[in-house]
Amino acid sequence: MNETMTHRLLVVDDSNVIRRRIERVQDLPGIQFVGAARNGREALEMHEKLRPTIVTMDLTMPEMDGGECVARLVERDPDILILVISALADKLTAIDAIEKGASGFLCKPFTDRQLNNALRKLIE
Amino acid sequence: MKTESEVNVFVDGVLNYFGTTVQQVAECGTPYLALSRTPEISDYTGMIRISGKRDGVVFFTAPKSMLCVMLMRMQETDMSHDNLCDLVGEIANTLSGNARRDFGHQFNISVPAVVHGRNSTVDYPPNTRAIVIPIEWRTYHARLVVCLN
Repeated sequence: MNETMTHRLLVVDDSNVIRRRIERVQDLPGIQFVGAARNGREALEMHEKLRPTIVTMDLTMPEMDGGECVARLVERDPDILILVISALADKLTAIDAIEKGASGFLCKPFTDRQLNNALRKLIE
Repeated sequence: MKTESEVNVFVDGVLNYFGTTVQQVAECGTPYLALSRTPEISDYTGMIRISGKRDGVVFFTAPKSMLCVMLMRMQETDMSHDNLCDLVGEIANTLSGNARRDFGHQFNISVPAVVHGRNSTVDYPPNTRAIVIPIEWRTYHARLVVCLN
């Protein structure tokens, strides 16, 4: 990945409020929102169609949780950048997400600035 | 709930949530033991089941008007019933999930369940008492109820 490319962002969260908020407040010039999924299963289906290069991923979701989805997305695309955004605030959860292939971890609740800083770190 | 420090984990979570998400501080009143087996609930209630290291339920209950203003503070324009349910569930999820920082990795939380209406009831684990944390934000009153054995 280089800094001049436009990243295609897929947002994965079971909360509509959070999905819309991430879409609304992310304002980095190198990132284009391409879609949103409500759980891991939907995210895998949308990955096939939309080919995102960057994903924000909740962990606690119905049908397929974020941890399993991170592992399966990285298996499909080792270059994909995944920012896990979760309320699960213990260190082991963050470590587990990174070991599954996530590139970063942001704890809920978050400010608009914290979200953009976390996304910026991923693409730099 | 065993100690004051455990209650404070949730109080700190509430203060952090409001300060961060809607960027206006909330105040928590003195937590108290619910006298009734079924504490009073408000218009919208988000519930999280806890399992693993602890067993129980955590729920956040708030009036519709408060949730609408919170959405506005988040620049959200959709004030539909579905979005209010979504928000109250997400708040319960966030406050419960944040507690893992202190309760540990085995403090497992469910996806949120949401009930609408003040006449709804919430089930508690047997042989437990609920601790009610009153929340004041702007002119609104909400409650976080924590019931863990």
